[in-house]
Parts: sequence; C-alpha cells; structure tokens
Amino acid sequence: MSREQIAVERARKAFLTGRSKPLEIHQLKNLANFLVEKQSEIADAKKDLNKSEVGTQLYETLGLEGEIGLAVKKLKEWAAPRPVEKNLLTISDTVYIQPEPLGVVLVIGAWNYPWAVTIQPLIGAIAAGNACVVKPSEVCVHTAQVMETLLPLYIDKELYPVVTGGVMETQELLRQRFDHVFYTGNSAVGRLVMEAAAKHLTPVTLELGGKSPCYIDKNCDVPMACRRVTWGKYTNCGQTCIAPDYILCEPSIQEQVIQEVQKSIKAFYTENPKSCPDYGRIINQRHFKRIMAMSEGSTIAVGGDNDESECYIAPTVLRNVKPGSKVMQEEIFGPLLPIMTVSGLDEAIQTINQGEKPLALYVFSPDDKVIKRMIAETSSGGVLANDCLVHYSVSALPFGGVGNSGMGCYHGKFSFDQLSHLRACLIKQLKMEGVNDMRYPPHTAKKLGWARFFILKNPDLGWLARMGLLACLVVVAAVLLQNYFL
Amino acid sequence: MERQVVERAREAFLSGKTRVLEFRLQQLRSLQKMITDRQAEIATALKQDINRSQYDTALFELIGIENEITLAVGKLGEWAAPRPVEKNLLTISDEVYVQPEPLGVVLIIGAWNYPWSLTLQPLIGAIAAGNAAVVKPSELSEHSSLLLRALLPRYLDQELYPVVTGGVPETQELLKQRFDHVFYTGNSTVGKVVMAAVARHLTPVTLELGGKSPCYIDKNCDLRVACRRITWGKFANCGQTCIAPDYILCEPSIQSRVVEAIRQTLLEFYGADTKSSPDYGRIINLRHFHRVMSLIEGYTAVLGGQSDPSQCYIAPTVLKDVPPHSRLMQEEIFGPVLPIVTVSDMDDAIHFINEREKPLALYIFCSDKTAVKKMIAETSSGGVTVNDVMMHYTLSSLPFGGVGQSGTGRYHGKHTFDQLSHQRACLVRSLGMEAVNLARYPPQDRRRARRARLALRSPMIDFSKRTFVWAVSATVVAFGLVVTLTVILLIASGLNCTCWYWEGWYT
Repeated sequence: MSREQIAVERARKAFLTGRSKPLEIHQLKNLANFLVEKQSEIADAKKDLNKSEVGTQLYETLGLEGEIGLAVKKLKEWAAPRPVEKNLLTISDTVYIQPEPLGVVLVIGAWNYPWAVTIQPLIGAIAAGNACVVKPSEVCVHTAQVMETLLPLYIDKELYPVVTGGVMETQELLRQRFDHVFYTGNSAVGRLVMEAAAKHLTPVTLELGGKSPCYIDKNCDVPMACRRVTWGKYTNCGQTCIAPDYILCEPSIQEQVIQEVQKSIKAFYTENPKSCPDYGRIINQRHFKRIMAMSEGSTIAVGGDNDESECYIAPTVLRNVKPGSKVMQEEIFGPLLPIMTVSGLDEAIQTINQGEKPLALYVFSPDDKVIKRMIAETSSGGVLANDCLVHYSVSALPFGGVGNSGMGCYHGKFSFDQLSHLRACLIKQLKMEGVNDMRYPPHTAKKLGWARFFILKNPDLGWLARMGLLACLVVVAAVLLQNYFL
Repeated sequence: MERQVVERAREAFLSGKTRVLEFRLQQLRSLQKMITDRQAEIATALKQDINRSQYDTALFELIGIENEITLAVGKLGEWAAPRPVEKNLLTISDEVYVQPEPLGVVLIIGAWNYPWSLTLQPLIGAIAAGNAAVVKPSELSEHSSLLLRALLPRYLDQELYPVVTGGVPETQELLKQRFDHVFYTGNSTVGKVVMAAVARHLTPVTLELGGKSPCYIDKNCDLRVACRRITWGKFANCGQTCIAPDYILCEPSIQSRVVEAIRQTLLEFYGADTKSSPDYGRIINLRHFHRVMSLIEGYTAVLGGQSDPSQCYIAPTVLKDVPPHSRLMQEEIFGPVLPIVTVSDMDDAIHFINEREKPLALYIFCSDKTAVKKMIAETSSGGVTVNDVMMHYTLSSLPFGGVGQSGTGRYHGKHTFDQLSHQRACLVRSLGMEAVNLARYPPQDRRRARRARLALRSPMIDFSKRTFVWAVSATVVAFGLVVTLTVILLIASGLNCTCWYWEGWYT
C-alpha cells in the first residue's frame, strides 16, 4: 500500500471512531495556538516567496486567526438543526435540516498563499466534523516542510494528516476515495481533479482563477483608484488569484493612469523595488520565464527590468495592449499590468463578456449607475467596486468562482456548509392515519381533491401566527382599557 | 444537431431575455397552463409507459409540479433580489450583498420513473433562475418523452427551452457540448459518466441518484400503521421510486406480524387480484422486468412472487429472512420486491446500514424520540423521514438530494433556484475613507501591521434585524426598570412623588 493510501485509510478509520465531532473546538483552538506560537517558522516561508514577516502576517495568518475565531464562536449555531417552514400536511411534525460531516476531505493547497489557501479549507473541514488530508503545494518547498513537521504537533495527526509530494503523490491521492475534494489552483489541473473525483462520485470545490478585469471610469478619482489597483496588483508580486489582471479604461485617461500607478509603485516599493523588503519574487524560474514571454509584443510604459537569477521582475505596466497580444491570452499571475483602451462602459462590458467568467471583477467609478450596470451585465465569481482584493476578507461573503474560475464557495459559514451534508429530516408520528387515507389506493376523485387541497393550499403560517398574536394583544389592550382607564 | 440546439439556446440566453423577471414569470405561468390543460394527455402517456393510474399521476407528479410553479411565481421577486449580509468594522459604510445570477445554459437529463416531475421540477428552477435549459427526457418513458417534445415548444420559448429526445448516442453528443450546469437524475453508473464528461468543461453538476433506502421498524411501534405506510411507499409506481423503502430491517420477533400487516394492507389497496387493479403499475420494460425477477431467483416469497412477462407485471412480493449477502441486497431493487432482513436490535440495524453506501433516504419507524435521534445521529443519508415514507420529498422547504453514492447537490423550492444560480459576492465601496486603508500599504512596519491587525480582526457587528429588535427591546426594558427603580427609591425615601401626578388630575 502506498503512503498516500495508508494516510487516507487511517484518516477514515479515525473519522469512523466518531472522535472528530466532539473535539472540533479543541482542535480549532490548537490550530490557532499553532499560528501564534510558530509565527516565526511560518514567516520563514519568505524563503519561498521573499515575503516579509509582516507581509505574511498581514495576508495570511491574520485572516486564518479571524476564521478560527469565527468558527469557534459560531460552531454551535452552525452545527445545530435548522428548522424550516412547514406546510399544512406537516403542521404537527418536526421538520429541520441537520448539518452532518461528510467523512474524509482532501484539501489540495496552492503555492501563492500557501498558508491561507491550505489552512482555511482545513478550518472548515474541522469545524464540520470531517477528517481531512492536507496536501500542500510542492512548489513552496519550505512551507510544505513546516506544515508537515509542525502541524501534527498541534492537531490530531490521524484525523488531519499532512501528505507532501509532487504530481505523482497527488495523483495517487486522487485515486483514493474521498467524500469531498477541495482544490485551489489552475483550471487545467482543476479539470483533472474533477475527472478523478467523478470516479468515486466525489463532490468537488474548485477555487481556480482567470483574468480579473479592472475597469476605471474616466470620472473617478484616478489617483485614489490607481493607488488601490497598484496595491492589489503588485502584492505578492502579482501572484494572487484575485489580483486585478488587466485594466480597461478610456484612452483619455490612460496616461494619467500610467503616471499614477508609477507614483504609487514608487511610494510603496521605493525607486528600486529590487532592494525593497516589501516587494516579492516570482516563485520559480518556470513561472519567471512564462511571465517574461507574455510581455513580448507589448509596449512597456513602466518597469520592465528583471533578473532571472533572483526571479525578480520589476512592477511593470504595459500600454495600449491589444486583445490579441500574448499577455491577454492567459492569467498573468505576475507583476505585469496591461492597459487596454475601450471607448466606454459598453465596450468594456463587451470585452469582459468575450472572455471566460473571471474570479473577480473590479470597477472604479463614483457613479452608482455605472457600477450597477457593470454588475448586471457581466458575470464573475465576485465583484468589488472601488477597491481591490478586500472582498476576500469579508467572511460573510461567499468566496468562489463561476464557470472556468471555479465551482463552490467558502469562507466563514460557507466553508462549514460546503464541507457538510445538509440532511433533510422529517419527524412524523404514527397517529393521525386518517389524514393519509387520501393518498392510498383504491383512488377516487374525492380523495384526490383532498390531496390537492392539503398540498397546494399553502397558507403563510408565519403571517397567520403574527396576526393571531396581534389579535391577542388587541384583546388584552381592550380589556385593560375598559377595566382600568374608562 | 445537438450542438445547434445548444448554440441556439446560448444565443437566446445571451440576448438577455431571461434577465427580466416578468419574462420568467410569464414562462412559469405558461408551464402551469400546460400542466392544467394537458392533464388528460399526460395521464394517457403515463398509462402507456408504465401503467400508472390517472390518480397516481396527479398525486405523484402533477400536484407536485403545480406546487413548485406556484411557489416559484410567488417568491421569485424575493429569491432573485440582492441578499444583504453581515458587515464588519471594515465594511461598515459599504454595500455588501450576494446577488443571485443565472448561470447560462443548463442541461436537464430526466428519468423514466416519474418522467414529468423529474424533468419539469428542475426546469422550473432553471427558468426561475433565469437560465436557458436543454431538456432531455428519458427515452425509456417513450410516450411521455414524445409528448413533452410536442407540448413544451407550444407553451415555452422554443429557443430557450428546447427538448431533445433520443437515447444513449444523443445524450453522449449532448454531454460533449458545453453547459453551465448539468442536472442529472438516474443511476450512479451513468452519474459517474456524466460527471467525468462535464469535467472537461469545468461544469458543475447536480446528480440525483439512488441507493438502497433502508426502512427500520422498531418492535414497539404501531405495526399496523407503520406497515400501511411502508406498503404504500413501496408498491406505488410498482416500486420504481428512487426513495421507495428498498428493504426492511426489523427484529425476528415481529417479522411475521409485519408480513401479515403488509398482506392485509395489500388487500385493502389493490384487492385480491392485484393484476386487475387499476391502481397497480407495471415494470417499465422487459429488461428491468428480468432484472428484478432475477434478483428473487431461488427465493420463496412469503407474499406474492407471481409475474407475467407479457404485461411486465410482477405481483407485490415480500421475502422473509433475506441473507445480507444475497444479490437482492447488493443493488437497488427498483421494483415491487420487499426483502425483510432481521437484525438483533437498533444498534445492529445502525451497523448494518453503515456498512453500506449512504442511501438517498432513510426510514425509521419508532415511537421513542431518543432512539430516533440516535439513529439519525449515527447514520448518514440524503434525507430522513421518521414514521412515514417519502414525505420529506413533498415539503419544498427541505432540500432534496443525496450524499456519497446517492448523489450530489439538492433541489426543490428555493433550493432549485439557488442550485441553478451563481451566488455572486458583491462589495461596493467608495473611493473615500482612504485613511482606513493606509495600514495595508507598503512600506510595512510593525506599527502599521498592528493597526491593520486590529481592523481585520474586529468582531463582526451583527446588523441583523433580530439583534436590532433585541437591542431596542432591551433598551426599553432597561429604561423602564431604571424609572421604576427611581420611583421606588423616591417613595422609600419619603417623597410622595405620585401625588404630583394626581394633583394635576384633580385640579
């Protein structure tokens, strides 16, 4: 038996003992302790992506701590039976939805925010009462090692094993049977994951990517908009699934946009980003080459310098980019910011709709009508108006893609629901059998009439209850008035 | 041909027609009209397909469809509206909501056992959510399928909601096209094929599959009523229901009484000669007839067992003391054969159920609430109905779907709408209040990080109505208490303050 098979079987056995249910809060708190106590080891992952310690904290572990805090606080509420509306036929029955664990979940992480995108699904899995096999991305070698060594010291190592490895190990894992597979990465591998899961009829959550467009209206506060776009774009050296991929704006403001972005780059990363501790690096040479090849054929307006030995690419802006150019063919996932000019909102919407549905859509405009129109006439995983990236941090919003950018969603309660089975429960009694006569053969038209009545007449029971309460209050008020005040 | 149909549907969707709620409502009402106007024809088609009685058709299919349409028409405005969510300190002045949106072109593959319900109910959700939908009814229920193909274009937009009939090759051709969601009802084997096929296009799926739905009868419950309900659920549509109780689990001591109760009920429902009862159905075709008959080969039925291949008729059959490893217990029966497997007690039953794949439905007949809760907690299934069978299907507020091998995704009522929509997260900020953002920009230092930390970790302020009401009533009550306390203190200290009030009254 392979190492992966053993890990999955152990996880399943551990799940079947039933111990993943009562221990959830305990495990979540241990996970929180891990994030706090091993802060420096986690930040050491800057070796992988040249992230500063503060940067790691800001973008990865803070979000996780928040999610754990939320899960611990709300777990009882999320896991409780959820009563639903009844109809006349079920008026005296107990009807509710019971969330249940699925079983053994597989979480496949990505390399760009290795902690955030690997641990956040794990939090949901633990909260929902599942066992979870964690497979961090092999591309960020040091992070994977830290996870493998340190995580078992804090959380149950049989229920939540960490399995490291590359393509072969992942394929072996995908041959095993899981009750849910949670994958973060690119569409090409996403397809393979779904195909593999289909063999076991395993549901999947795919957090993929795409080219997230960013429309800047000519009437908006351009310097402010560009500041936010610059931050969103060059954080983690552009290697963010929801980074604004390219800008759409009218030709009249293109130069202003370029200048403002340049100003912001200088303010954030100094004149020499290469020596700035806050500016990251490309993860490896393969991606470096991929990104450099993309800029071919486009005019560089800002930046452009690079250093292959360090996998360094300067924050770069490309002007007057054409739809057919290399940089517009696939998700950039790097610090190149192409600007495509459009004649107005209509053409912007048209351009966006010609491409695949992206993971995020950004629109900068002071005019609510423009924003509403953009939202109504396009589709994307999520939309953020007048800022970048931050919708990710609102746990009340479901985070996920649509179409090529993914399926399923998570964050906050959505993680819990995504990794649970919401089981419909109807508890009836063995009494009142007379009511059931209308459904039994031999059938008659009269019986059918009764059935129609009971099923189709759906009085709003909530409204009736409120009216009843109001009637009682009126009676009480009338009695009081009569006896004590008149 | 299939490709053209899908392309036309996509073009029709992209024209934006379905975005308007009024259009969707009009289509739904038209669908309702179709069901009402053509009831007789639908009943005839079903009689020819599966010998379903006119009443069973109405009871099991048409009333359900009508119910769903009425619900969708009544609630569409609410379902399609933006859904505000809880804010946190960071987003306190922003608009934060989830906007349901159509996915695009949906493929609905129906099944043959309830050809109208299982095809039209997902269609109702697809229309309500603003999608285009290609409807592919099952070729095994031939008459219904052809009737649907003839009727639907007369009531609904032909381009948006085309009907494609055909068998396996046509379905395979359809599955090669790109859809935005595929909704399949049928068996697990084909379910796997469907999911693998659509993975190529990264299309999400809803699979309503099946399984062996266990039915546990506790020895202390009212056997007469329990067996009556089970008999109804099992032999309706000749056992060809995805949530029919597949087999019974009970203690040996009550087995004979169970059999007797079922026998009496069968007499009551179908008379002494089941074959001539207008309410008893037939097996869909010879292939399934032989499949079901082969399952009971070698067993002596304690009730029924007779069959007639020329009519695809199998009498309501019950078998006692069925061994757990028999063929009968290996696959979903989907026929009028009811095996009884004996277990020593509830724990043994739970163990038995958990050894097998998660079923679509679980039935528990037991009057002891604690025992029922235990059984629900220690097993898993798509849904559960206690002390009855199949009824959880009829309540649209309950999500209907499977888990594990019994399926993925769910529908009915609002759940269909949500399943066939994209719930898009929307955050609308303003370009002002930049000071709040300063902490996130580089150059990063510890002080700024601490500020950012504080902002990001702020507890979510609960803006829900419930909290608001609580807050207001708590304030009112507190204020009232303070006033009362003050009055009491004043009176206690000797000041007769209430006389000030009465003085005014008398003068």
